[in-house]
Amino acid sequence: MPRIKSPAELEAFRKEILAQRDPEKPCITLCSGSACHATGSGKVAAALEQEIEKQGVAADVTYRRTGCHGFCEQGPIVVIYPQGICYLKVQPDDMAEIISVTIKEQKIIERLLYVDVNTGEKATTEEEIPFYKNQERLVLGANRKIDPKSLEDYLAVEGYQALVKALFEMTPEQVVGEVKNAKLRGRGGAGFPSGVKWDFARNAPGEQKYVVVNCDEGDPGAYMDRSVMEGNPFAVLEGLMIGAYAIGANEGYIYVRQEYPLAVANLAIAIKKAEESGLLGQNILGSGFDFTVKVHRGAGAFICGEETSLLNSLEGKPGEPNARPPFPATRGLWGKPTNINNVETWANIPLIINKGADFFSAIGTEGSKGTKIFSLVGKVNNTGLVEVPMGVSMRDIIFKIGGGVPGNKTFKAVQTGGPSGGCLPENLLDIKVDFDELTQAGAMMGSGGMIVMDEDTCLVDIARYFLAFLSDESCGKCTPCREGIRQMKKILTNITKGLGQAGDIELLQELAEATKGSSMCALGKTAPNPVLSTINHFRDEYEAHIKEKRCPALSCKELIAYIIDPQKCKGCGACFRKCPAAAIAGGKKRIHVVEQEKCTRCGGCLEACPAAFGAVRKISGEPVPEAIPEDARLIG
Amino acid sequence: MKQAAHKNKGKDDAMDIGKIDQIIDNHQGEASSLIQILLDIQNENNWLPKEALNRVSEKLAVPMSRIQHITTFYKHFSLSPKGKHEIHVCVGTACHVRGAERILAVVEEVTGVKPGETDPELNFSVETVSCLGCCALGPVMVVDGEIHGNVAQSETADILTELKRAETAEFLNKLEHAETAEVLNICACQ
Repeated sequence: MPRIKSPAELEAFRKEILAQRDPEKPCITLCSGSACHATGSGKVAAALEQEIEKQGVAADVTYRRTGCHGFCEQGPIVVIYPQGICYLKVQPDDMAEIISVTIKEQKIIERLLYVDVNTGEKATTEEEIPFYKNQERLVLGANRKIDPKSLEDYLAVEGYQALVKALFEMTPEQVVGEVKNAKLRGRGGAGFPSGVKWDFARNAPGEQKYVVVNCDEGDPGAYMDRSVMEGNPFAVLEGLMIGAYAIGANEGYIYVRQEYPLAVANLAIAIKKAEESGLLGQNILGSGFDFTVKVHRGAGAFICGEETSLLNSLEGKPGEPNARPPFPATRGLWGKPTNINNVETWANIPLIINKGADFFSAIGTEGSKGTKIFSLVGKVNNTGLVEVPMGVSMRDIIFKIGGGVPGNKTFKAVQTGGPSGGCLPENLLDIKVDFDELTQAGAMMGSGGMIVMDEDTCLVDIARYFLAFLSDESCGKCTPCREGIRQMKKILTNITKGLGQAGDIELLQELAEATKGSSMCALGKTAPNPVLSTINHFRDEYEAHIKEKRCPALSCKELIAYIIDPQKCKGCGACFRKCPAAAIAGGKKRIHVVEQEKCTRCGGCLEACPAAFGAVRKISGEPVPEAIPEDARLIG
Repeated sequence: MKQAAHKNKGKDDAMDIGKIDQIIDNHQGEASSLIQILLDIQNENNWLPKEALNRVSEKLAVPMSRIQHITTFYKHFSLSPKGKHEIHVCVGTACHVRGAERILAVVEEVTGVKPGETDPELNFSVETVSCLGCCALGPVMVVDGEIHGNVAQSETADILTELKRAETAEFLNKLEHAETAEVLNICACQ
């Protein structure tokens, strides 16, 4: 690719790309994000290429493998433009029909369309699907249209226009001012105003400064950063360069978890292409601005999402945090002023520069502007990535976009903010998605994980789960975090095992306050949140575990038993065959009995028992009924 | 982690010094690239043999104590050999609420290997991972780099979860008896 030396050349190149593209020509896009990849997008792509060849339509159709569309649970996803026909759960065998019916005859294949689980209605285009209809995809939207490895595709969707505007029409101060006026707040969790952060780094004394992308997305249950990085790496690079120009940095680092190999790969390709075309390196577009960027892979440490730990890791050290101040804006990487932002924050920058601060700040609430991407997962019908304007209610996200809880179960709680966040019960669902409102309610925006839980989820177990995770991930540098988390985990584990004692809840609260108040970094300061929010909203579950040795959600293994109802058992043997522990006594035409002392409570029997019989059930907090005598077990 | 009592069958015990030097040179021999260098060696060799660490220490002039600090701090590094098949079970929150623990129990039962361990025959290594970012497909398991997601949803969720459980067991059984890599490839993607 020839080097692009000026904005005029960039525009000429963009025009050339657009001139070659006929918007009316059918274009088949196939989602190739990590989730779709896991559901077989690679094989679908191979089948598609083969069919294009076989049916001789190579000249009439273009084909593109794009980044994540967000509706991950329904992948692999195929969207055919210009109509925007959306096919879900496409298998390699479907490709022949898609070419012959949809491309050649222009007909819809009904069976591949989206069907609403609640209403049974079908939807032809993405815009008609409730999951997409109620979103506002300002950041994630381009993912559907571009091949993340193609600079041409990025340019075709107005890529690098914001960079040109910043470099040639704005001073660095104006860029910082624009981001400040847009009131963009960091998307990584804490929600610190990005423009203010940039200003600190810009005004910090020193020649050498750095910009860093935090793509160490460690919150279990959140994956929006991965999808943005995988699906649109040029946008992150463009945002980063604008930030570098604004604060006066010429070097950047992108820190990506090694668990995200596709993000690393796509990013490396994007960087290489940008370098080849002169969009990275010396004298970018003839502006005199130089910028180089390096990718650094994380090696598996949750704490590295914390900015000072990440910077230590970048320097090749263990990722342990430093006390702040000094903040990275004044003393960051190699002791130099450093501005570090999360992937989604950087990806918002081109949008703000292109459309202006007024456009951006018109979206959202008083204190939180723009959109936020959430990963709506867990016990919800439509799982995937959801981008909504700030200020939308949690209820709308879970029920309008997410389609509610599957399997006629009852909604119990939604967990936001990852291990630092909290659980919100049903009566708080009308609160708005807003940094401050969520914090007030005892949850947290965090990086945007939103895990829906139903009646089968035990909230004490969830608190234990997060504390176990954090105890594992605490770097151990400061005592309150290391010991506080460990002790809380111990108490919670005891409670879930039926060993809880009176006073445990109060002790947990006391430990939580101490850990919160005296830990060095955000990991420890926020670690008690899952405990406090569950005690706050679901105290009755704690008490049932402690006082009655009962798990109301029938989830804690030590507190439940599986039993077979002798009246309902038909002696089919399904559970007998399934049981991995040989804990079921039975035989042909005999009532089956669970031998409690052998049972590992894996639940295999409950799942194996035919729904028509429904003989296996779980009990908790009540004695196991005496097994019926051997001689009474014969059926009929 | 259980130490292998005998020679690693799956992978070469010793790593070629030339290869290590090449990796170090790729990073221009900078001490700040220590983590990146160790990652590359880990990816190349699947674990970090002592000889490799000695070489890195020597070439980068970094004390062994610091290398030990790094290799024990970050979870991705392994100081003992890994099994032929690496199984990662995602226990992220989304997978947790969808029953990741049961998947893990099946994996443990079939392979006889606990999370974080490798069997003495070096056939299987089982690890838990906190989130793979495939939350919509939870529960998720990765076998030899191939992601297996449970796309079961709504009304069929219960039935499919059961099927998936059976598949997990069956698939791992097959792996255990797989004679050759070809057989593995056939079942690894189905």
